[in-house]
Amino acid sequence: MNKPILQIENLTTSFQISNEFYPSVDDVSITVNENEIVAIVGESGCGKSALALSILGLHNTKRTKLKGKINYRGQDLLSLTDSGMNKIRGKEIGMIFQEPLTALNPLMTVGKQIEENLDLHTKLSSAQKKERALQLLGQVGIPKPAVTYKQYPHELSGGMRQRVMISIAIACSPSIVVADEPTTALDVTIQAQILDLLKEIQKETKLGIILITHDLSVVAEVADRVVVMYAGQIIETGTVTEIMKNPLHPYTRSLLNSIPSNNNNKDRLHVIEGTVPSLDRLQRTGCRFSPRIPWISQHHHEENPTLHEVNPGHFVRCTCYKTFEFKNKKGGPAINVTSKS
Amino acid sequence: MSLLKVEDLKVHYPIRGGIFRTVVDYVRSVDGISFELQQGETYGLVGESGSGKSTTGKAILQLTKATAGSVYFEGKDLVKLRKAEMREYRKDIQMIFQDPYSSLNPKKRVLDLIAEPLRNYERLSPKEEKKRVQMYLDKVGLNPESIHNYPHQFSGGQRQRIGIARALTLKPKLIIADEPVSALDVSVQAQVLNFLQDLQEEFNLTYLFIGHDLGVIRHLCDRVGVMYRGRLVEEGNSEDILSNPQHVYTKRLVAAIPDIRPEFRDEKLKMRQDVKKEYEQNSEIFFDHTGRPYDLKKFTDSHRVALP
Repeated sequence: MNKPILQIENLTTSFQISNEFYPSVDDVSITVNENEIVAIVGESGCGKSALALSILGLHNTKRTKLKGKINYRGQDLLSLTDSGMNKIRGKEIGMIFQEPLTALNPLMTVGKQIEENLDLHTKLSSAQKKERALQLLGQVGIPKPAVTYKQYPHELSGGMRQRVMISIAIACSPSIVVADEPTTALDVTIQAQILDLLKEIQKETKLGIILITHDLSVVAEVADRVVVMYAGQIIETGTVTEIMKNPLHPYTRSLLNSIPSNNNNKDRLHVIEGTVPSLDRLQRTGCRFSPRIPWISQHHHEENPTLHEVNPGHFVRCTCYKTFEFKNKKGGPAINVTSKS
Repeated sequence: MSLLKVEDLKVHYPIRGGIFRTVVDYVRSVDGISFELQQGETYGLVGESGSGKSTTGKAILQLTKATAGSVYFEGKDLVKLRKAEMREYRKDIQMIFQDPYSSLNPKKRVLDLIAEPLRNYERLSPKEEKKRVQMYLDKVGLNPESIHNYPHQFSGGQRQRIGIARALTLKPKLIIADEPVSALDVSVQAQVLNFLQDLQEEFNLTYLFIGHDLGVIRHLCDRVGVMYRGRLVEEGNSEDILSNPQHVYTKRLVAAIPDIRPEFRDEKLKMRQDVKKEYEQNSEIFFDHTGRPYDLKKFTDSHRVALP
């Protein structure tokens, strides 16, 4: 039943900052199975998008170094040439970007943009392509496919544009779709619709979806498995029920506590002290989260934190989770207003 | 007396067409809404994009001209004021904008950004001005030494706090916050929401909080008005709206709040599908023949709904 499609093994993606390479994704291993939504969660700057770009080979090749393996059905994507990668990108692996208005071409009609993908990867006649495009628009819930087919992106609302993006991503029936914050720019009602749509499509086509988001409540709604990333590393991973019911790592628990609907009315929300360190300032030894929970003394952290399997399939990095407690036991403020940042 | 009373406010934009560019119809952005804000409370205006919530905020500040209706601030109708008279009231009503990346001038330093309102209304020596700016920076948790930095040197959450500091400098009575956290990460959002709450206590502020996320609104607001197509379709205490929504559109918003408990996933999905069905089948119950929501009617003492 668990048929792996994509296996990322010890992937390290390093970016160049003034002649030095700093790993933005650090020794990450993730397996995505058929018919499964894997969510990658973390604040901005945690390396989620860098991971997505590495999978698709969309990084700047001159200023980025990749190490490790990305196995797609037995093929190592990192060893492929540009033209080899072009055959996979868009056909086998689809991508949904965050901001549909900037990702879509403003000068091309919606229909042409969907057909562009079919042009590259199939040998359909123009009539067949149009038929397929119309069928895709219907599949993603666009009420009048024939009208939308001839429209330009600016004529559509945000939710409709995101639907068009999804239809482009699934045009060639890929087996994996990488969705980078697909609902962040949308209203909550539209977000719910798009998430429902993604789930529906995934059930129909047995897709594997990598969903990248900063919002744990989105994860709770759709994901099967969760990977929490902090400063380039996986710090906790497990099934969605396990992570939501029994979150262990201080970072996961802090993120959960900062969601308004997870709190009582008017209670103060939990705020994680400090910010995600920038690549060149990141301390690469010891627990990377420790500067943001300074009240936990150093000897609770491991010297070289590794992932520990606490329950079958549930991994946590470092040992600090065992003794971690919020400063204020209610999960209230860990930082007060007047403190300097 | 309520601090702010909006009465039958309308903002219509003309649609011109035909060869003589005559006015053929109107876009009814805000179409007759009324609500009141008491001193010290937080009122949430919630709706999807295009429902007219931001236009309402702008029309209260007279940044957009109201077509009809009145906006009483401390008993004075702002709509009828001349520009020069309005100037005095602008001090008391400040706005926090949605996108901290586009609402701060990238060519200005923090000192100038925050001091700008002060320079418009008060005559301070540069030294006093600097002191005042630093005090507000400290209030919003930013380093007072950073007055000479530019907006790009700050993160999204910090920028939003600069926007908040700027809104506070003139000691306003009412703050209109137009989706202040929509562009932020969840963890940063928590930070900004906490600040807004603390500042409210400290300065006895009244908030008109505009947003699309009922999860955030529930957390922050005492009372909530739900907007749809320029009209209020439901109004009441946060609890009324969240636990006992009556209008189908409110139900839709409530069903869309993501749930953190994965075991309720299917239940939520079913709820969304039911609401969608109700919306499609029974629209004549909730909207008149032109698709316009009805006027608000009393449902309970604190709860009003737009039903026929």
